[in-house]
Amino acid sequence: MPKYWVGNAEDIPKCGGRSVFLHGREFAVFHLSDGSFHAIENRCPHKGGPLSEGIVSGKFVFCPLHDWKIDVTDGQVQAPDRGCVRSYDVEIEGGKIYILLDEANWTEAG
Amino acid sequence: MRKKLVLIGNGMAGVRTVEELLKADPNRYEITIIGKEPYPNYNRIQLSSVLQGDKKIDDIFLNTYEWYSRNGITLHTGEAATLIDRQRKRVLTDKGREIPYDKLIVATGSLPFMLPLPGADKEGVIAFRDIKDCETMMETARHYRKAVVIGGGLLGLEAARGLLNLNMDVTVVHIFHHLMERQLDETAAVMLQAELEKQGMRFLLQKNTEKILGRKRVTGVMFSDGTTEKADLVVMAVGIRPNVELAKRSGLEVNRGIVVNDYMRTSDPDIYAVGECAEHREIVYGLVAPLYEQGQVLAKHLAGVPTDPYTGSVTFTSLKVSGVDVYSAGEFRDGGGTRAIRIHDEAQGIYKKILVRGGRVVGAVLFGDTTDGQKLFSLIRKRADISAFGKLSLFGGADEKAAGTDWASVSDDEMICGCNGVSKGVIVDAIRNQGCTTVEQIKGCTNASRSCGRCKGQVAEILEYVLGELGESAAPAAVKTGMCGCTTLSHEEVRREITAKGLRSTREVMHVLGWRNPEGCSKCRPALNYYLGMLFPEDYEDEGASRFINERVHANIQNDGTFSVVPRMYGGVTSPEQLRKIADVAEKYQVRMVKVTGGQRIDLLGVRKEDLPKIWEELDMPSGFAYGKAIRTVKTCVGSTFCRFGTQDSIQMGIDMERKFERLYTPHKVKMAVSGCPRNCAESGIKDIGVVAIDGGWEIYVGGNGGVELRGAELLVTVKTPEEVLEWSGAFLQYYRENARYLERTSHWIERVGLKAVQDALADPETRRELNERLDVALSVTKDPWKERVENPELRKQFEQITVG
Repeated sequence: MPKYWVGNAEDIPKCGGRSVFLHGREFAVFHLSDGSFHAIENRCPHKGGPLSEGIVSGKFVFCPLHDWKIDVTDGQVQAPDRGCVRSYDVEIEGGKIYILLDEANWTEAG
Repeated sequence: MRKKLVLIGNGMAGVRTVEELLKADPNRYEITIIGKEPYPNYNRIQLSSVLQGDKKIDDIFLNTYEWYSRNGITLHTGEAATLIDRQRKRVLTDKGREIPYDKLIVATGSLPFMLPLPGADKEGVIAFRDIKDCETMMETARHYRKAVVIGGGLLGLEAARGLLNLNMDVTVVHIFHHLMERQLDETAAVMLQAELEKQGMRFLLQKNTEKILGRKRVTGVMFSDGTTEKADLVVMAVGIRPNVELAKRSGLEVNRGIVVNDYMRTSDPDIYAVGECAEHREIVYGLVAPLYEQGQVLAKHLAGVPTDPYTGSVTFTSLKVSGVDVYSAGEFRDGGGTRAIRIHDEAQGIYKKILVRGGRVVGAVLFGDTTDGQKLFSLIRKRADISAFGKLSLFGGADEKAAGTDWASVSDDEMICGCNGVSKGVIVDAIRNQGCTTVEQIKGCTNASRSCGRCKGQVAEILEYVLGELGESAAPAAVKTGMCGCTTLSHEEVRREITAKGLRSTREVMHVLGWRNPEGCSKCRPALNYYLGMLFPEDYEDEGASRFINERVHANIQNDGTFSVVPRMYGGVTSPEQLRKIADVAEKYQVRMVKVTGGQRIDLLGVRKEDLPKIWEELDMPSGFAYGKAIRTVKTCVGSTFCRFGTQDSIQMGIDMERKFERLYTPHKVKMAVSGCPRNCAESGIKDIGVVAIDGGWEIYVGGNGGVELRGAELLVTVKTPEEVLEWSGAFLQYYRENARYLERTSHWIERVGLKAVQDALADPETRRELNERLDVALSVTKDPWKERVENPELRKQFEQITVG
């Protein structure tokens, strides 16, 4: 799967997120306290809030608009709310963050 | 081999009997139910709610089709039984079916009594009994204007209210000289009528309807005195009569209803009757609670379980017609050897009467405030001896409610749900031993609040009380509420621990105090960050990651992900120079909207995150902190500078306060105001701190809230000089910062602790001095966040948009 460089690991502090634009699409990239990086689409399924701006706890982010809780490793919205966001595989190489995107993901443009 | 049980009638009484039977012995019978209406069992009482628009038809079904199949019950709907062949023990239906039985229950309910008037068969003349009637009324209201309801009893009034809600012009006709004569005495009935007339209902009392006018469709009604009333719809709600035709035809003994003994058995040893069609000791009941009591006895009897016989019921009615509360239980009419204890408050529209005979409570009527209803009903059922109570203590009422019921002292057999006969003990058992943790679950387990629903509040209180109790004994199923789902510790306990153990980061706090989630949640992280910063202003390193987006980027996030920028405008005073700067920046960055805020300053809306540092730099104005749990603004009115009524310089006082306290983080936003005279044009009365100038001094009000829960501020103190205003405001603010819970407005905090506690704490000048000292330390370390980010490249980088490719 082709991979796209979206920034440097040092740009995103631990326990935080950052929004990244790639070819006109917006991703939320998170750096968790265990050192791992994850990427999901930066749009809450509720009312489109920017998930990259939410408070991060463990592997969850709380949407800044209405507090929906989302698992950043698989994009699942947590109970009592329902829904999910697209999640993407992330690779770190030499301090650089790469998001893996394939053709199928590409054509389903948002 | 299982015996065959057939139930004729798919209504509330019959199906409840089957439910109780399944609980007692689920496998004893093969059950078949025949129902005339094409629906599963529904709550007929709530038809009024459907008519009034509060519920949909789907909401009132008590049992779904799935319930019948899951319990192996064969259900035939839209089918009527035509004959009971007692010789061959078969039921014959209008679809030609023959259903054999070993035991039979007749629960055919009632038929609405349709007055046999000439013209009663015209179009537009209906009863108010089933879903079809409801639908006809709703449909008629769409095309016609005027409705006449014949019958001023419980049912007629509920129908009338529903029709009013459907925007029809409603007149209620009643033959008696006052309403609801079967439940209310004249005093209460007159009060009820006045209240309903206020709501738009019209009444024609002591009128006897003689004829229905019109050709194919009704056009009006004529009374025995010759007068007439126009009508496009006539609803007959004069009463119900037991549906006994089938029983009569089949040879059972019928009086007014089907005669049954104390075990609900008819004149045929294998046939029983329950509900509105049954007559027990010469009484036919038309209310739901007795029917459920009958059903319980019959179910146990059929299951071969020993049970006390049914001996009749004490009944109560409760009517809630659009804000009017009426309650009646037992004997309600004066006379007959009874003595009455009354409270009648005409101004408040409250009337309460308890009837006593031979020193025992036998009945009650309540109008306007029915909170005592359940309690009095209990007393009536027990035929309580009145000498045990002080006379007026019986009328605890709404005030007692406000103080809260002490559930620990309420006995287990106290009836909570009168409709379904559920006592406190049964509810407590459901919570303790059957794992019920919500009102819905308790409803499913015990039937409490399943019928009329007025006891829901009490069920919720009992739930809270029992769970609280369990929390103390640390049972695993219980949840004691702490400051959030991550801990059982309260805010106060956490603060104490932070101070005692010298904890210095949110991580440390969560780790040392045993948080359920090691990184907390969106509720506790910001709270902990606030407490740490408040307790250790000089040492604590603020955690941006534990702040909400607004406070992290120092701007208000909007619904589309853009932000708004609000610069400081001290005391609501600006200048041409400031306005020019704002206008230039707004144009350059093509800000979508420039709007004046409630806090007396200007808001630039629709700003992209990456433009924030640039805008701040070009504005070169301090942050207004419009986004934070912090000091917001001090509004002012013109005051003595210009105003002919101003007694003091409110503008300068406001500016001084805003300059002194700006940038301070607080448990929740703090809004202030200073008015130049008691006319209070700056609206100080609804502020967290509201100052009002008077001749020779200043009044300081605190704890106001102009938002969701409106609250008037209370007078904290009156002082003479502006320096004292700053001294008292500062002490109050710091006291609030140290003692309130995060996200508690001053209004909520003062509601909780009481103004007196705050006044007592601030009374000592030495205490005020110390509080102000601590406040000054906190203020000394604040920086303007916009300037900080403009000048610090590391911080500024956080706003850049990362675009790759």
